[in-house]
Amino acid sequence: MTVKPFAITLEIGSSLANKTGSWRVERPVYVDRLPPCSNACPAGENIQQWLYLAEDGSYEAAWRQIMRDNPLPAVMGRACFHPCQTACNRAAVDETVGINAMERFLGDRALSEGWSPEPAGPATGKRVLVVGSGPGGLSAAYHLRLLGHEVVVYESSPLPGGMMRYGIPSYRLPREIVEGEVARIESMGVRIVCGRTVDDLEATMRDEGFDAAFLAVGAQRGKHADIPAGDSARILDAVTLLHDTEDHEPPALGRRVVIYGGGDTAMDAARTARRLGAEDAVVVYRRTRERMPANVEEVQDAVDEGVRLKWLSTIVGTEGDVLTIERMELDADGFPQPTGEIEELRADTVVLALGQEADLSLLATIPEVAVADGVVAVGADMMTARPGIFAGGDIVAGARTLTDAIGHGKRAARAMDAWMAGHTLERPARHALATPERLNTWYYADAPHAVRPRLDAARRTSTFDEVVGGLDESTALFEARRCMSCGNCFQCDNCFGVCPDNAVMKVDEAHGYRFNYDFCKGCGLCVQECPCGAIEMVPEES
Amino acid sequence: MAVRFYQVGSFAVGNRLANRSDRTVQSDAERANSLTSGHRACQGCGEALGARYALDAAMRATGGQMVAVNATGCLEVFSTPYPETSWQLAWFHSLFGNAPAVATGVAAALRVKGRGDTRVIGQAGDGGTVDIGFGCLSGMFERNDDVLFICYDNEAYMNTGVQRSGATPPAARTATTEAVGANPGNPFGQGKNMPELAMAHGIPYVATATVADLHDLEDKVTRAMEFRGARYIHILVTCPLGWGSAPSDTVRVARLATQTGLFPVFEAEHGEVVRSSPIRRPAPVEDYLRLQTRYAHLFDGQGNPARPDVIAHLQAMADRNIAKYGLIEEEVSSS
Ligand SMILES: Cc1cc2nc3c(=O)[nH]c(=O)nc-3n(C[C@H](O)[C@H](O)[C@H](O)COP(=O)(O)OP(=O)(O)OC[C@H]3O[C@@H](n4cnc5c(N)ncnc54)[C@H](O)[C@@H]3O)c2cc1C
Ligand SMILES: Cc1ncc(C[n+]2csc(CCOP(=O)(O)OP(=O)(O)O)c2C)c(N)n1
Ligand code: SF4
Ligand code: SF4
Ligand SMILES: [Mg+2]
Repeated sequence: MTVKPFAITLEIGSSLANKTGSWRVERPVYVDRLPPCSNACPAGENIQQWLYLAEDGSYEAAWRQIMRDNPLPAVMGRACFHPCQTACNRAAVDETVGINAMERFLGDRALSEGWSPEPAGPATGKRVLVVGSGPGGLSAAYHLRLLGHEVVVYESSPLPGGMMRYGIPSYRLPREIVEGEVARIESMGVRIVCGRTVDDLEATMRDEGFDAAFLAVGAQRGKHADIPAGDSARILDAVTLLHDTEDHEPPALGRRVVIYGGGDTAMDAARTARRLGAEDAVVVYRRTRERMPANVEEVQDAVDEGVRLKWLSTIVGTEGDVLTIERMELDADGFPQPTGEIEELRADTVVLALGQEADLSLLATIPEVAVADGVVAVGADMMTARPGIFAGGDIVAGARTLTDAIGHGKRAARAMDAWMAGHTLERPARHALATPERLNTWYYADAPHAVRPRLDAARRTSTFDEVVGGLDESTALFEARRCMSCGNCFQCDNCFGVCPDNAVMKVDEAHGYRFNYDFCKGCGLCVQECPCGAIEMVPEES
Repeated sequence: MAVRFYQVGSFAVGNRLANRSDRTVQSDAERANSLTSGHRACQGCGEALGARYALDAAMRATGGQMVAVNATGCLEVFSTPYPETSWQLAWFHSLFGNAPAVATGVAAALRVKGRGDTRVIGQAGDGGTVDIGFGCLSGMFERNDDVLFICYDNEAYMNTGVQRSGATPPAARTATTEAVGANPGNPFGQGKNMPELAMAHGIPYVATATVADLHDLEDKVTRAMEFRGARYIHILVTCPLGWGSAPSDTVRVARLATQTGLFPVFEAEHGEVVRSSPIRRPAPVEDYLRLQTRYAHLFDGQGNPARPDVIAHLQAMADRNIAKYGLIEEEVSSS
């Protein structure tokens, strides 16, 4: 045996024997945070998850993810005011993700491909009444049916859809879209009975043996203002105008139309008036353009179609075709105050768009259900003071939008299911919010928002054709990929790459990563370089 | 669908949406891990990170047929406390000053043995490269020996306790350039620009890189392996200990070095710059300096400039780099 000098007598060892994890005072952990888009979605869609699925072209899976919360993606991809987009973190990088356009793309795909919803759950033997087939009623019916209940919807109008049919004009929401999505709900076994008004809810439930009811009758009556009017003035309300237009019996408006009010209904009435032939459609509103409650995009669309806005003005009287207008000014608190300055405006018709109110006479026989100002009092589970009667949509306190109504319907359906089974629903705790300062936006490629095509101006004032077009597939894919996956790992491999100690391991393609705490020194580099803020440092237990 | 937009583009390490060939070597679960776990580098060490990035890319480019020669310095000391080692490739420890010469010798020996397909990398810290190893390196360059030499530049002699080197930037505090007197820290007007010195030798390939741009770093190592002859890559590696930066900020600090213009990232072939990496999010030098206690004497307790004159001097250096290497793309006029 040769005698080795000391320095080469030892066998080579690996540094893997040296467990550097013992240096650590804090450890990184993977977390899931609630993205602001989902947090802001009243229907509770898991937006990030469906965008993630859409990113690699898994459109049907993405659509099914939407359908877990919302049965009307093609409708909502057009008419929703998309509070998700308002909340989207990407605004701080360039522009918000076009969530709404993506939802429409997926919704339209589902209709053209004929994807069918999940089948109804196993029969529970319970029978539920839904009053009203607007978005609130349809959402509740769909979710109740998924849970296996028998569902009957009573609707007073000749066709289902509520304001999706009789309110929102077809140039924003083509009727075949509404019909397609309603038919899909019916295909699951939801029975919609049109032309059937529920006058006495208590009697209907008792006589027809319903175990529970969801009330979503909406706000159908236009509010009126006391305007001193002479004999010849023609005044009607916006909901009537829109309803009659839908029924192919549009009223004769004349050449000059004044619309009174500053909300979305006012914009829809004005744009409809233009399409019905009004050469001059003027919106008269008490406050400034900035303070109009109408959605900014809607206001812009109206202006683009030649609608004139006359703000800081009220109508104080009408005589023949002459309106008396008083100029207002905003006081320190932003309230409009009269100035005494008067001018005249000529109009063949005045359309009042001052809001809608509900007809809740069907509750008259159930006195314990509290109704104040057309609003029904409900708990967090959407149940009224009468056990088994739930309510949602425009007749409960809230933002009065489609997505709110859909969210109410879903929440009520789950609570009704629990109530009928004799237990109460536990709502899972919400994850902490994925706030923008947790993102490392360096990693996101620069990519401005894809723009949806718009119908040319001439056709926008002469037809009821849809104004806003959809995205084609390549733009849709691009748009989905703009999502930053706020607060949830999207497998970019950054943590796996940037660890100087190889202490991040891949589980497999689908399941992300795991820390190897034997070697993690706790430097926090992975936390810092995670684009979406899905890693946190937590103190090591001593 | 051929949509070449992948959410994180080519900035992140990997991307489930991109082709495998467009992802980095580091994103591969089967990467070589040339420098494996259990090494004794500080938390968040940029040198350990940079070395693994570079050598894993070289391992892929050479199909594992390579030898590394390593000068004395942190990289050697933290990886190989005899008899333990973190290296998972054929690896020599030379002396502090002679790694380029040893690498030359290894390459010559391989050639003589008919193993010219096995490639050689020499590597050292900035001290081992620009100071004590400079003579050997210059010789290696002028003989055009078939070696890729990589300098992991952490801008001082870190392993012996943060002494100044010829790569220490002006105004930085080190143990031998204390922040005292009228001109605190390392004096202006000294030191060596090693990438330009390498280019002056006219060797086939010279590049700079940082631990903040992995795709770029890997591309350069891979490109270097396409050449025969002497090649040089100078990688800026953050040293949390010597720079006084947070261990979690290692990549962030290196990124700011590039985005301020203080560290230009470029490639040169046969002595000519052929490409530089444009600045994507321009930042003033202050943003970079403020994150490091080696520049603490330039700021007051609140992070406001205490020595605007010195900061302006550093900014002027950055601006000169930006102009010289074309780091900010001229606005294309729309007319
Ligand atoms: C012109 C206009 C435009 C709008 N635009 C938008 C928009 O772009 N985006 C948006 O998010 N929101 C919009 N909204 C608001 C939105 O339409 C409503 O918030 C939403 O439709 C409310 O849903 P709902 O289910 O509560 O009621 P509704 O949609 O009003 O549906 C209620 C249904 O119940 C029926 N019904 C009423 N009483 C009875 C009864 N006793 N028996 C049987 N059936 C009954 C009604 O006929 C109706 O079909 C708009 C509203 C209007 C008026
Ligand atoms: C000839 C010689 N002189 C001095 C030393 C002590 N020494 C060991 S490492 C080192 C500094 C290394 O600095 P650098 O090359 O920049 O590498 P770093 O540790 O910063 O990565 C010194 C001075 C030595 N090993 N040999
Ligand atoms: S970037 Fe994506 S996850 Fe983040 S808020 Fe926007 S849509 Fe939601
Ligand atoms: S002193 Fe600097 S280079 Fe050396 S191990 Fe620590 S962080 Fe890395
Ligand atoms: Mg050094």
